[in-house]
Amino acid sequence: MPAILGKKVGMTCVYDDQGRQVPVTVIEAGPCQVLQVKTVETDGYNAVQLGFGDLPDRKVSRPAAGHVKKAGARAKRFVREYRTEDTENYEPGATVTVAEFQDVALVDVTGVSKGRGFAGVMKRHGFKGQGASHGTERKHRAAGSIGRGSGIPGRGVAKGKRMAGHMGHKKRTVEKINIMKVDTDANLLVVKGSVPGPNGGYVMVRSARKTGPAKA
Amino acid sequence: MRKAAIERVEAEHLIQDRPVFYIGDTVDIGVRIREGEKERTQVFTGVVIARRGVGAAETFTIRRIIAGEGVERTFPLHSPSVAFIRTIRSGKVRRAKLHYLRDRVGKATRLAEVRRNVGAARRAKAADDSAPAGTAEGADESDNAAQKDE
Repeated sequence: MPAILGKKVGMTCVYDDQGRQVPVTVIEAGPCQVLQVKTVETDGYNAVQLGFGDLPDRKVSRPAAGHVKKAGARAKRFVREYRTEDTENYEPGATVTVAEFQDVALVDVTGVSKGRGFAGVMKRHGFKGQGASHGTERKHRAAGSIGRGSGIPGRGVAKGKRMAGHMGHKKRTVEKINIMKVDTDANLLVVKGSVPGPNGGYVMVRSARKTGPAKA
Repeated sequence: MRKAAIERVEAEHLIQDRPVFYIGDTVDIGVRIREGEKERTQVFTGVVIARRGVGAAETFTIRRIIAGEGVERTFPLHSPSVAFIRTIRSGKVRRAKLHYLRDRVGKATRLAEVRRNVGAARRAKAADDSAPAGTAEGADESDNAAQKDE
């Protein structure tokens, strides 16, 4: 169950052996260092903590420096851990590269989606809005009625009623996407389709949690 | 700015010997069509009205009139299913996108010809005519033939 941290570089396309155009995302992944190995005995659960991207000295806080000291690593920009039972194969200070993904077909990619700010219901929930004409005034993108005075559900506005609000900038995972290519020389992973977050955003790539055929 | 990592991924998918052609050119496009087991090349002729994108994602749009109906096809420049691109004539244009041709019919859709590299084109054509049908310009003969065999 390999996992690695990386940075989304951007999207492009490649052509498969059938000559079909395939959209892909390029991820600059690793090399990562194992910063800590957590076990049931010491931490109550099993996990491996990885770090990606060195911080310049002026940005290293003393707690951060102390944390990585055991691993003999430099403080990292992006640190994430993932649960795995297979903790014996990892040692603090060990390096993880994309080479571990060479035999992996499907991966899950986790990142923080692009922030959209305070978004209306049309953008956020795909509501239809209201008419462009026929007398509609200042309500073209409005949600419409959000309920009634009383009665079912026993209150004016139902719980969970979808409304305008903050959209995006949430941790999101795309599951079961194909790895198209592993470039060990340049530390690149090429995956099919899109990945959460902006270009330059940090992502975690893990071998797919679910089994079965790829998503699309 | 193009990122080095993306260019590295694209590199093996780019078709390096694509000929130079411009907006307003009338071109023959060889389109590989797979019918079950068999593969054949169909020629689509028309005016290049747009090019967009960069790297492996670059596309161009060809417009022609078929049976009185305007038909536009957009091809990825580096798609393996584009067998060849041959410029027949070059049109004199002052726009990067010729979408205004959509609003025109008949004689108004003609473009004044500019004669660009006439000698080179003639030599290419001569080499081409002597080569087996379906291959592109003379210099690229071997490469294209190899691709065709796949």
